[in-house]
Amino acid sequence: MRALCWEAPTKVGVHEVPDPKILSSRDAIVRVTSTAICGSDLHLYDGYIPSVFPGDILGHEFMGEVVELGADVTNLAVGDRVVVPFPIACGACRACKRDMWSLCENSNPNAGQAEKVMGHSPCGIFGYSHMLGGYQGGQAEYVRVPFADVGPLKIEDDLTDDQVLFLSDILPTGYMGADLCGIEPGDVVAVWGAGPVGQFAVASAYLLGASKVIAIDRVPERLRMAEEKGGAQTLNYEETSVLEELREITAGRGPDHCIEAVGMEAHSDITPVEVYDKAKQLTKSQTERPQALREAILACANGGTVSIMGVYGGFADKFPIGSVMNRSLTIKTGQCHVHRYMRPLLERIRKGEIDPTYIISHHMSLDEAPRGYDLFKHKQDQCTKVVLQP
Amino acid sequence: MDNPERTTDRLARFLGVASAGLGVPMLWKTDEVAEAAGVDDSRMAPAVIQAVGTRELVHAALLLLGPSRSVWTRVVGDAGDLAVLTRALQNRTGARRSRTQAATLAVLGITAFDLYVATRTLRRQHGKGRPGPLELHASATVNRSPQESYAYWRDFENLPSFMLHLRSVTQDGNGRSRWEANAPIRRKVKWDAEITGDEPGRRISWKSLPGADIDNSGTVHFAPAPDGEGTEVRVHLHYDVPGGRVGRMVAKLWGEEPEQQVRDDLRRFKQVLETGDLVRSDALPQGTDARHQFLQRTAKPNKHHGGGHR
Repeated sequence: MRALCWEAPTKVGVHEVPDPKILSSRDAIVRVTSTAICGSDLHLYDGYIPSVFPGDILGHEFMGEVVELGADVTNLAVGDRVVVPFPIACGACRACKRDMWSLCENSNPNAGQAEKVMGHSPCGIFGYSHMLGGYQGGQAEYVRVPFADVGPLKIEDDLTDDQVLFLSDILPTGYMGADLCGIEPGDVVAVWGAGPVGQFAVASAYLLGASKVIAIDRVPERLRMAEEKGGAQTLNYEETSVLEELREITAGRGPDHCIEAVGMEAHSDITPVEVYDKAKQLTKSQTERPQALREAILACANGGTVSIMGVYGGFADKFPIGSVMNRSLTIKTGQCHVHRYMRPLLERIRKGEIDPTYIISHHMSLDEAPRGYDLFKHKQDQCTKVVLQP
Repeated sequence: MDNPERTTDRLARFLGVASAGLGVPMLWKTDEVAEAAGVDDSRMAPAVIQAVGTRELVHAALLLLGPSRSVWTRVVGDAGDLAVLTRALQNRTGARRSRTQAATLAVLGITAFDLYVATRTLRRQHGKGRPGPLELHASATVNRSPQESYAYWRDFENLPSFMLHLRSVTQDGNGRSRWEANAPIRRKVKWDAEITGDEPGRRISWKSLPGADIDNSGTVHFAPAPDGEGTEVRVHLHYDVPGGRVGRMVAKLWGEEPEQQVRDDLRRFKQVLETGDLVRSDALPQGTDARHQFLQRTAKPNKHHGGGHR
């Protein structure tokens, strides 16, 4: 089969690799019909996530048709159309039973390695480094899906791939970003990053009752999208001081909740702190460049919530813990518990409450994926989201 | 009991501090050092001394922050120093020559000590068979009842399904069992064991019988988790290591990181009980395995496991 493999930092290629095979009786093999490039794939692409090796197949947002099933998967049939959640979860451990699917205690066979860096291990993830399992990713013609009796969501009506594909990651992730805030009517929510997750966080914050949502980015078409499709007020951080503007908009209080949808490669103006972060990141003495997170913390209203949905891999410097502690902020975060949100969100899509298709800017074949990565990384050609059709 | 490994580590750290003690005066009191070594007449001496001083600080950093076998970098450096001093001796006369001789003798002494510590680290690398008990401990919480967890473990023939160092265990029905370990090629490591304690749902203890290739014993405790759901499993393994051949066998069975291996064994026990199978990925098609942690396949289907869908 053809698959997109990581070769070196900022270098990916489509190669012929062996087809996947059932390894366990709870596996399924899915023929991928649509798969997307995620913002978090860019962290892998750029080489900032540890333990990605040349040849590893990337991709964790995918859906397709079941072509083969292990003997113990009885809830699916060959030919079923499924969306696959990016966290791999067994459904039987304590974490899964408590609805914390991205903390599955069994799905990461490299848990020992993850423990050394993080203390304890999170779940395994498709195509997301060896430390998180060493699973083949979904940017391929076929993919092996472990615990197929637990994760895949069957799509039984005539919704298109574009409408449901994002249930695999970014729609639930954006929604969880808002859900974790515990939004109450009248609350003001600010969202850092108007990429796909940020767009869905804006929409979700309104769905959950926010009175005003402010989106922060610098890419004009993304800010326009947040305004026109999401109804957000927008701030371009290159043109204005975000902290001052937010203080002004909220008459001094700051937003009640801040959602960070940026992650470890935040861009910011060339300031001494940015230079410091970049130097430390390049010399591997810090894995993150957490400028958006720092700003979200400083901006947040006293007693408010900072919800971190951007991906971080290791250690951050200059973390304003004093601001968090002295001002009673709550930090909520986590890889999305996709299994928790995908069914209710499918229902909202079906009812027309959310139409996730508006973020798609490009459709491409799998062979064009390397160009897709390049466009998405550099935000060229008004690229907001690339969907690949193998 | 004095632990030879710890002594080696302490000696290496001491050499780290000593390296810093040598390096700092060379960098900041270069002229005084040159005079003491009788080379203050050389125009090149200050540059050479400062280079050596810088190198000493590198040794210090390596020894204080890195593994103790970094002592070998000191031995290599010493050889260089001796070469330079020998050269200096040829051009010196009188009082200067005596001072250079004294400096050379001092460096010879330091070299001897460096070499001693360096060979100690070597002995440790090849000497996993050093005498003393090997005690391993690990724990995990399994989302099954103590009775279920106990029952799976109590059937010793299940042990190889999650304990990687075992090839097979067969039971004879009288509380005795025959264990065979996954020893390196052509060697068979085996022992007979008997159950020495058995409290259903709570504890199992076993011990190898006389005549075992490796004398060992183990205990596993099962306790209800505090919230009443699941079981806290705690395992203790004990190996008598008389040194020599048996020591090397034990070292091969348990590899570089024995504690990690036992933890992984329990992880697999948990996987089998909770999910019914080992959890496999493309990088680890054989499942969790500390020994393959640093030699993993790429995260793509591999030929041996490849199927066909076209």
